[in-house]
Amino acid sequence: MAGKAIVVTSGKGGVGKTTTVANLGTGLALMGRRVCMVDADIGLRNLDVVMGLENRIVYDLVDVVEGHCKLRNALIKDKRVENLFLLPAAQTREKDAITPQQMKEICEVLKEEFDYVLIDSPAGIEHGFRNAIAGADEALVVTTPEVSAVRDADRIIGMLEAHELGAPKLIINRIRPDMVRRGDMMDIEDVIEILAITLIGVVPDDQDVIVATNKGEPVVFDRRTRSGQAYHNIVRRLEGEDVPLMQLDNDGLVERLRRLFNRDARRRKAQ
Amino acid sequence: MLEFFGRLFGRDEGSKKAAKDRLRLVLVHDRASLSPQLLESLKEDLIETISKYMEIDTEGLEVNLDQEEDTMALVASIPIRRVRRGVAAKANS
Repeated sequence: MAGKAIVVTSGKGGVGKTTTVANLGTGLALMGRRVCMVDADIGLRNLDVVMGLENRIVYDLVDVVEGHCKLRNALIKDKRVENLFLLPAAQTREKDAITPQQMKEICEVLKEEFDYVLIDSPAGIEHGFRNAIAGADEALVVTTPEVSAVRDADRIIGMLEAHELGAPKLIINRIRPDMVRRGDMMDIEDVIEILAITLIGVVPDDQDVIVATNKGEPVVFDRRTRSGQAYHNIVRRLEGEDVPLMQLDNDGLVERLRRLFNRDARRRKAQ
Repeated sequence: MLEFFGRLFGRDEGSKKAAKDRLRLVLVHDRASLSPQLLESLKEDLIETISKYMEIDTEGLEVNLDQEEDTMALVASIPIRRVRRGVAAKANS
């Protein structure tokens, strides 16, 4: 049975597309799925370093397109998990080194061999973006709860719909429960209300992600971390499981006090 | 002191409200920016549909998007030459 190709995109740069692809790819492979991650960010490749596979690249996406090697030879096998592969982007080429049609063909071939083909899209809405979405069956939009990121996400959602990649799902990244509690950050509900699309996951802002990236080991390997747990939950939702959103508020003293007071207030009101 | 407690208990709105309000406004404008091609194709569809019911002056037809604060409207000015007799009869029967 053919797998499906999912593009991870955002419009704005730096919101965590690559980290998302690395963690969802690794997470899906940890659940026994056959996964190929494709770095479509030609000229600014990063998925290889986030995955810790940068030293093993021989061929890349453009080499495949130009016939310098077979697709199979360009795939890098992750040695930590079964059935996890990376097709790296070319670093010294321009974004127009491949066409949407070529990208589509590569995705078609990969889908025959893998359950999931995860495509890491470059930031922006130009050629690179159009390449990244060309072969995709579904789309995930990553945003942070900031004005600029949500605005760009809205634009991307519009463009995905124009390319018949309707019903993209949203990942809200780097949410900070403490700031949400203070009313200084948009909440999950706020972002969903504005963008009006389906949510597939929320990832809390977590220092462990930076530590993991420093080491080249996706944080999903360590499910004791909050972000690792969050990515694992998204993976299960991709697999069709119904997983409730994780409780983001860590039980700090202030939070417990607030709940106590609120409950008291409600009781008094009820009397 | 009161403000401190307000913040502690999460009653104060904080800067999130500003973010949401500004975002809403900017998105209305972003979403409203239809491309000229799209507006042109909308015009053609309008002419086709309306022509079923009445004869219109296609030269004098104007279609524009009006934006005010957080609302927008499609404003069309369509000069009618005459209502088609057959349509009027059908509606009356």
